[in-house]
Amino acid sequence: MIQEETKKATYTIPVGPIHPALKEPIRLALTVDGEEIVDVDIFAGQVHRGIEWLGMNRNNPIQTIYLAERICGICNICHPFAFVMAVEHATGITPPPRAEYIRTITAEMERIHSHLLWAGVAAHEIGFDTIFYLVWRVREEIMDLIEYVTGNRVTKAMFQIGGVRRDITEEQFPRIRQSLNYYKSTFDQLKKVFLDDKTIQMRTKNVGILKREDALKLLTVGPSCRASGVPKDVRQDQPYAAYADLDVKAITPDIVTGTVVGDVYDRIIVRLLEVKQAIKIIDQCLEKMPPGPILAQPKTAVLLKALTQAEGEGVGRAEAPRGEVIHYVRLEAGQSTLATWKVRAPTYVNLMSVPIILKGMQIADVPITFASLDPCMSCTNRMIITDRTLRKKSIMSYAELHHLSLQKTKKLRR
Amino acid sequence: MELLSPGKIVDSFKTALRDGFIDAKIYQCEVAVQRNVFKTIWIYVKREAFREAVEHLCNLQEYPSLAIISSCDLGDNVELIYHFTIYYGHRLEEVSLGLRVNLPKSDLKIPTITDIIPGALFTERETQEMMGVEVVGIPDKRRLFLPEDFPEGVYPWRKDEKSPPDDMLRILPGREPK
Repeated sequence: MIQEETKKATYTIPVGPIHPALKEPIRLALTVDGEEIVDVDIFAGQVHRGIEWLGMNRNNPIQTIYLAERICGICNICHPFAFVMAVEHATGITPPPRAEYIRTITAEMERIHSHLLWAGVAAHEIGFDTIFYLVWRVREEIMDLIEYVTGNRVTKAMFQIGGVRRDITEEQFPRIRQSLNYYKSTFDQLKKVFLDDKTIQMRTKNVGILKREDALKLLTVGPSCRASGVPKDVRQDQPYAAYADLDVKAITPDIVTGTVVGDVYDRIIVRLLEVKQAIKIIDQCLEKMPPGPILAQPKTAVLLKALTQAEGEGVGRAEAPRGEVIHYVRLEAGQSTLATWKVRAPTYVNLMSVPIILKGMQIADVPITFASLDPCMSCTNRMIITDRTLRKKSIMSYAELHHLSLQKTKKLRR
Repeated sequence: MELLSPGKIVDSFKTALRDGFIDAKIYQCEVAVQRNVFKTIWIYVKREAFREAVEHLCNLQEYPSLAIISSCDLGDNVELIYHFTIYYGHRLEEVSLGLRVNLPKSDLKIPTITDIIPGALFTERETQEMMGVEVVGIPDKRRLFLPEDFPEGVYPWRKDEKSPPDDMLRILPGREPK
């Protein structure tokens, strides 16, 4: 028995589920043959909070907006965005055009901050802490702007069914433009740092490849999908809010390199260019913003009564920084809570491609490859290496795994 | 690939499924200043024709994108909606398509579609554990989100006697139990 297992010589390495640096835990079981990963299994659900259950059993639809906002700390514009659109489609409420523009501006601000946050984390994962500090310093500007526009850095509470809660006035435009100009001036530097650096290229090119067919079969969404050459973007395909007035084009890596590989490097390109695209979109929104009210029904009590009497179903789709967020809502007359609420966050489907992109990689590539999907979850805190032949367990901490990644970068640099 | 209008998509389902087709609904609304149209189609099919409907969808779009399966407890029935999107990659052309199937509670079974769309696995596993719908032929029967010690036969999304009992729910301070 033991002899047989020795011949196989594969170990199973559980990675996760807790990591202090990121917010959501997940556990990966990596089967390794020496340094090479041969199989991956995913265990989710460590932070299943039953949010949909609360929306269906406890909250009224307006309270559920706050709940939707708290599904994710980073995508807290996209979730209420998709949710209010689903309710609006179910009830036939149309938000005023000005509200659509304000929604779009906040969503794009979120994209900038999320992509920069990711870029910092990715640099950290390959041991480039100088870039990590640089990018996060650059990110502070957008966080300040978000605070200036919405009043909060993190949970923005901008959304209401049939509009938004706060206006963006003419007096605020110069401050917004100032931030946009800052990003326009720093963008080339960021691009140079991420795309031209030799070490980053060595660590990310041909690592974690997701082919176009696999991306389509596994329903991958967002930048991870576009990096594999699929021009799929809700903002382009089925435009909602002000995106319907703007000409948004899905970004694929061949714009820069001429080819699509689908590796980590391509995902960096897509996210980086999307920051530039987001700046452009905010600029256009400021120019085109129509005047008018920001709420279809300013009285919350009247709105709530209408929602209780409403009957119907709707789907809201929004392009979050990580991919498509979709909310399905069904309302029944006389019921104060939602009859059905289903939320699908982008990481839900992107996780299915983890086994494909990790297969054949080395353990040291796990942090950057897993992080390249920008999963809204934790990656690696502790690893338990089970040695089948010796039947003993050894624990590998996040620090050790990170160290392994640093070693690889150093080795490549020499 | 020819892009059909919502009405033509419904007609193509009608001819492909014949008796299996029950009903269809097209929802459209205008968006923002330029009044572009946002399109959603709901197609209601019999369970026997469900797999055929998914196969037909693959004729309309190579690799249709399945977002999620939503399920609703309607009392005597459980309703599953498979939320697809087709015609992505073309500006303003994408269509959301909800494929609706009704299952009687006495026979909660639905065939798997993971052989047609491998990425459907997670959402089928979730539907199985949360709603208690048996997905026939699913390659991975394990739970996805619920912990291993969660009792068998309790399904959080159900609204009948199989929903979580009161002693499993934690009532927050200052709130009345429902």
